[in-house]
Amino acid sequence: MSAANDPYDPTEVAALAPESLDGAIEAARVEFEAAADLDALAAVRPAHVGDRSPVRLAKREISAFPPWTRPYAGKRVNVAIAAVAAAYDQRAVALTDERDARMLAGERVDVTLPADRRPAGARHPIPAMQDRMADIFLAMGYDIAEGPEIETAWHNFDALNTGPDHPSRSLADTFYVEPAGSGVVLRAQTSPVQIRAMLERTPPIYVVCPGRVFRPDEPDATHTPVFHQIEGLAIDAGLSMAHLRGTLEHFARLLFGTDTRLRWRPHFFPFTEPSAEPDILCFVCHGESVGNPDRPCRTCKSEGWIEWGGCGMVNPRVLRTCGIDPTVYSGFAFGMGIDRSVMFRNGLADMHDLVEGDVRFSAAFTGQA
Amino acid sequence: MRVVMSWLRDYVDLPPAMTAEQLGAAFTRLGFEVEQIESPGADVTGPVVIGRVLDIEELTGFNKPIRSCRVEVGQAAPRGIVCGATNLAVGDLVVVSLPGAVLPGGFAIAARPTYGHLSDGMICSPRELGLGEDHAGIMVLPGSPTPGEDAIEVLHLRDEVIDLDVTPDRGYAESMRGIAREASHALDLPAHDPADLTVLAADDAGWPARIDDATGCDRISLRTVTGLDPAMPTPLWMRSRLIHAGMRPISLAVDVTNYVMLEIGQPMHAYDRSRLAGGIGVRRARSGERLTTLEGIDRQLDPDDMVVSDDSGPIGLGGVMGGASTEISAATVDVVLEAAHWDPPSIARAVRRHRLPSEAARRFEHGVDPQVAGPALARAAALLAEHGGATAVTGYTVVGEPPAPQPIRLELDLPGRISGAGYPAEVVIRRLEQVGCTVRVDGAEGADGADGAGDVDRAECDVTPPSWRPDLLAPADLVEEVARLEGYDAIPSILPTVPPGHGRTVVQRRRSRVAVALADSGLVEVVSYPFMSTGSLTTLGFQPADPASRAVRLRNPLANTEPLMRTSLLPGLFTALRRNVGRGLRDVAVFEIGCAYLQRADQPVTPAVPVGKRPTPAQIAALDAALPDQPWHAAAVLAGGRDPRGWWGTGRPADWSDAVAAAQVAAGAMGAQVIPRAAAYGPWHPGRCAQLRVGARVVGHAGELHPRVISAMDLPARTCAMELDLDAIGYADSPADPPAVSAYPPVLLDVALVVAADTSAADVDSALRDGAGELLESSRLFDVYAGDQLGAGRKSLAYTLRLRAPDRTLTAEQATGTRDAAVAEAARRTGAALRT
Repeated sequence: MSAANDPYDPTEVAALAPESLDGAIEAARVEFEAAADLDALAAVRPAHVGDRSPVRLAKREISAFPPWTRPYAGKRVNVAIAAVAAAYDQRAVALTDERDARMLAGERVDVTLPADRRPAGARHPIPAMQDRMADIFLAMGYDIAEGPEIETAWHNFDALNTGPDHPSRSLADTFYVEPAGSGVVLRAQTSPVQIRAMLERTPPIYVVCPGRVFRPDEPDATHTPVFHQIEGLAIDAGLSMAHLRGTLEHFARLLFGTDTRLRWRPHFFPFTEPSAEPDILCFVCHGESVGNPDRPCRTCKSEGWIEWGGCGMVNPRVLRTCGIDPTVYSGFAFGMGIDRSVMFRNGLADMHDLVEGDVRFSAAFTGQA
Repeated sequence: MRVVMSWLRDYVDLPPAMTAEQLGAAFTRLGFEVEQIESPGADVTGPVVIGRVLDIEELTGFNKPIRSCRVEVGQAAPRGIVCGATNLAVGDLVVVSLPGAVLPGGFAIAARPTYGHLSDGMICSPRELGLGEDHAGIMVLPGSPTPGEDAIEVLHLRDEVIDLDVTPDRGYAESMRGIAREASHALDLPAHDPADLTVLAADDAGWPARIDDATGCDRISLRTVTGLDPAMPTPLWMRSRLIHAGMRPISLAVDVTNYVMLEIGQPMHAYDRSRLAGGIGVRRARSGERLTTLEGIDRQLDPDDMVVSDDSGPIGLGGVMGGASTEISAATVDVVLEAAHWDPPSIARAVRRHRLPSEAARRFEHGVDPQVAGPALARAAALLAEHGGATAVTGYTVVGEPPAPQPIRLELDLPGRISGAGYPAEVVIRRLEQVGCTVRVDGAEGADGADGAGDVDRAECDVTPPSWRPDLLAPADLVEEVARLEGYDAIPSILPTVPPGHGRTVVQRRRSRVAVALADSGLVEVVSYPFMSTGSLTTLGFQPADPASRAVRLRNPLANTEPLMRTSLLPGLFTALRRNVGRGLRDVAVFEIGCAYLQRADQPVTPAVPVGKRPTPAQIAALDAALPDQPWHAAAVLAGGRDPRGWWGTGRPADWSDAVAAAQVAAGAMGAQVIPRAAAYGPWHPGRCAQLRVGARVVGHAGELHPRVISAMDLPARTCAMELDLDAIGYADSPADPPAVSAYPPVLLDVALVVAADTSAADVDSALRDGAGELLESSRLFDVYAGDQLGAGRKSLAYTLRLRAPDRTLTAEQATGTRDAAVAEAARRTGAALRT
């Protein structure tokens, strides 16, 4: 207390003189501004903000005032305390920003350094393409059906209306399991899965069967003894070739682009009748490379159309073998090469790349899944 | 089928401006895909003329025969031409390319000095003219062309050939007769049938014939032709058609049979009558019989072979190839022409058995019109008469009667329903009649037309196919004919309304997740061949009792060195690894997901199951039982660095633990946790092999490979691998059971336990967990130490235990109590002591 309590004139208390409070604020501002860094600021802080700072001391004097004058005095002191605190905070923020900027600049790194700390993996393009094709049919409501890769000749041939002397049964066209007469083959097509699907399910049946198939072809640029197909089968009342066409066009457009055009030629397969082979109008040259040696197209080999697979209406004999009444149900089936689809979709010239397991090859397909 | 355009024009009045490309496109729409279009002779230009050899001077002193000829070429002065061929004589008519001519392959002819003479042109061989591969000598022409005439015209050198892919069900289209019919369908033009000929009735003067096995041959027809002048050459137009059609001219009699086969579709064989011993019989071969076929190969016959025989035994492999003993020769005067109808499957088996494909056999296999032998023999006899001076008035034997085509019951609206194009009945009838069918609509005789088209559409009919269409057997076959002729392009495109599906099965989802997880953990997927060598089973160290030793063996492997189907995915991955390393890559981590194939211990044989009706459940089960086990595996192989070297520091080589980690990643993607334990198995290093279990089931192995395997398989040192049987892991699809996640603070405590060096960390870890009980949230081994302080044969395992209660903050006493219980259990089970 600087003076007696009573009687008392507030204007007589020196610490509360307007010039004293203004001076204290100004002095604080000057010292805060003069602080070069946060440490210097911290050093001058107690003198202006601490308990013994002029503004705090002034606040203590208030109790000496007559009660009716205290709110007025208190307000003036609080304004002064706030002003000092604001000056401090302002300077503290500025100095903190400066310090952070300095520190962060010092922590700068070369962000272009390689960041491949973990080796990169990749999926193979064939299973990736297989999943992509299956997804298209899953979205339409199809299920994915599966069957064994080593299969009975009954499923691979007999049930598919392939006669006992059909050339595809020869040792040159199908792998057989020992001993002679085992009746067991490496499936030469995914079509036996059709038979399994029809034996295991009841119509309506809508399935696709992607998988690995085998034929004893010496590997070359366009052949490999092990390759992959996706088979489709739909059995329902009232299905026609129009539905087959609609389905394949939808499939082709989702896979190769919305402007994909399909043509189909009559063909022959024992398990479908009528049968057809769908061709895709080359989506690279759109047929313009035909007879145009100046603009050759390696995707369609300048033939304009790309052979894509086989299809047709399921032969009623096949339906009967699977216990399905062909007078009630009809159906269509189709099969496409997955490896071939990868090849022409990606412009690959040589099948060897698909089977050699060179990690650089698979890695190139990352992001296409 | 090579379709010669000029030949086709004999039967179909093709528009003059029609190109081979346009015609080919029309054939393609009907189901005959164009393989290629050729324009033989288009690359021959300039003066190529007929010449007559005036004289020949032999030039000596060269290491091969060289002759200088004077050749009259229709100009004032003859030309001097040097020639290496020996098959020409004075007076021969030859083909001469004069200077300025260009022959196939851009071969430009110019006057040039050679062998000391000026050669003022070239005398041509057939190959030099683009007429086949014959280059044995120059071409000596038959007939009487005049020197100086344009040889391109005389030889019919220029033509267009459309090579069509004929599917095996359409044997009729392997002749100009069938192709003309298809062209008429495609272009809506009338066609003339080359088999539409007057055929004499069979008579008594023919060579005797007998059929002993009608299942293999239901008709044989023989036509005798006498007085053939063996010196008469094949006319040039016929030669060029044969050549353009892909056949080699041989002699008039042989060429005529081939020509008629190409024209009408009936393969024929010509016998020298003087070499036949008695009547001709048709039968199966007898055990032990042999036959030397035309190309001079002595063959052991099979009792399933159909043969043509005479009193001397077999003289031909029926429908496939004739025998040498009765072959037409340069002295043949009297000929017996044979035209038979053979059973297609018998032919197919014989071709495969004797590896003897032929133009005739292919046609018989795909179906020859059983009624066309008469016209074909008439046509051949007429051609031999016209061009060979023969007489063919009598001598025609016909034995056997092929079955007539059976009518097919057809609902007239079926083609429209199956195609989706809704053809009116009259279109169906017209199209079927166009392909040669006879259509008899039910009640058609009584119909007055007032019933309206709707009734006709619902009507049924009997459709009798023509004799040349043995492929038309069922309504679906007729549907294809109508749809094909109306055009597949006219069929609308409709997406069917598919009922909701089930999405991927749990098996499919998991398999896919395993692949994604392994790829995301830095391994590269490969797809390899599933074949392996016999030796690799031993090399991989599979014991005989191991199911992995029961490999499926192929009868016809691609390579005799790899006759087995893989029982493990590792050999294929080793091959991929070797290839990558061979291409200079060092840090390689590859994986594959696929089937292994394991023969069952007592593999039953496949039962015979008929088709045409649904097999019984027992039959289906028996079929499946004949198949080997085919579990899905996932396997990975790692070599070189696993963590790459970089600016952050040195790299880390792949080791056994990376293989275990890969297995854990794969199993984790399946929702399973694999527990390792030390094992010695197969191709793995016995001290660095983890057997992997899920519960009590062994699901695979992982670790470093055995040095012996690494060396035998030529792999990089310290290569590591894992293989999992995904099916053994299982595809449980129960909902996850998440813990109540506690928000109370954890207590972290470190313990170091000293155990015997051969104690497995997994045992210590499970003891700690069991001893700590529910308060243990996790334990993590953060250090393994072995050193002098511990003494020999000891190691220290340091764990951080994270303890937490679900419902309260643990007190220090509770935490240490839990730790002590954990240590006590580890001490009890593994002899662990707290390290002090």
